[in-house]
Amino acid sequence: MSKRTGMPTVNAGSMADIAFLLLIFFLVTTVIEVDEGLDRMLPRINKDTAIMDRLKKNVLSIFLDSQGKLLVDDVLIEPDVLQQTAINFIDNGGALTSDKDFCGYCLGKRSSKSSDNPKKAVISITSNRETSYGAYISIQNEVIAAYNYLRNRESMRLFNMSLKDMESLYQKPNISFLVKLELREKINKIQLLYPLNIVDAEVITEKNN
Amino acid sequence: MSKFAKKKDGDIPAVSTASLPDIVFMLLFFFMTVTVMKDSDIMVENTLPNATEIKKLEKKDRVIYLYVGKPTTEYQKQYGTESKIQLNDKFANVNEVGDYILAERAKKPQELQNVLTTALKVDKEANMGIISDIKQELRKVNALKVNYTTYEGDAFNNLK
Repeated sequence: MSKRTGMPTVNAGSMADIAFLLLIFFLVTTVIEVDEGLDRMLPRINKDTAIMDRLKKNVLSIFLDSQGKLLVDDVLIEPDVLQQTAINFIDNGGALTSDKDFCGYCLGKRSSKSSDNPKKAVISITSNRETSYGAYISIQNEVIAAYNYLRNRESMRLFNMSLKDMESLYQKPNISFLVKLELREKINKIQLLYPLNIVDAEVITEKNN
Repeated sequence: MSKFAKKKDGDIPAVSTASLPDIVFMLLFFFMTVTVMKDSDIMVENTLPNATEIKKLEKKDRVIYLYVGKPTTEYQKQYGTESKIQLNDKFANVNEVGDYILAERAKKPQELQNVLTTALKVDKEANMGIISDIKQELRKVNALKVNYTTYEGDAFNNLK
């Protein structure tokens, strides 16, 4: 009995329960937003005829019909070979050694029927009005993957660091201004070697008659 | 023996649960801070397609959202099953997109007005016609930076 001295403390046992209740409420209502996706730039409205001037061999035309069938340069192909087709096309480097457009870093077949160099190579994606958005995104994704593959290859060769690593390092808040500037320069250089020349041509309306 | 008995007699100190509320509060605060209370209900079906080459949208204050998809079942009676555009909390026509973008842009601080991204949250069942119309509208108001919001995943799943 002599132990019962001092003030009895308020029982805090139910505090945990209350906090749990709130916790469960927020757990249930939380929607962690998806905020990632494919970044693309739309062309300016007065520049959309530029593609017409290009040579046919420098354009890879991809057409996606309403059934999800894929035509590349008028040949029906399976979607899973699209990435390789795009890589071959961009990296072809068909210009002659004497030409000013000669592409020293390209590792392609150097066929005279395909693109001269990555800066001239244009990929044009066309679709129907009835084409599903999902299919279109898949195609965009494959083409961007082709560019990323090539950019990564060059970035590994030149700077021994993948482009993704450089970009994530660039985003970090605790690096110094000088490092940031250097990284920016390197990233720009890689982007210039393989510029993202993807053209979303106007959607073709299917003719019924 | 006497020692044991004595211990039993006096209170065995229970494991203290005093810190349990603190731990739970910590979790609670985490979820409170990450919770985004939606200011507009999504009235369209919005199953985003999958892609692998994705980039994060870093700064949320620089993003304008557009939702496109079939109206959900409760709105289908009124609006049909054709894909619709949702701006804020109402359905809109394609020609209203430009005005909406301009209005949203005007709401943002001056220094951000040139670096805005338009996030297109489009259902994968939607067709390209409406997307292409939206893109034309975006080009008209010079909102050229777009982000096709996707989930991470194998892009070929979209084709099935």
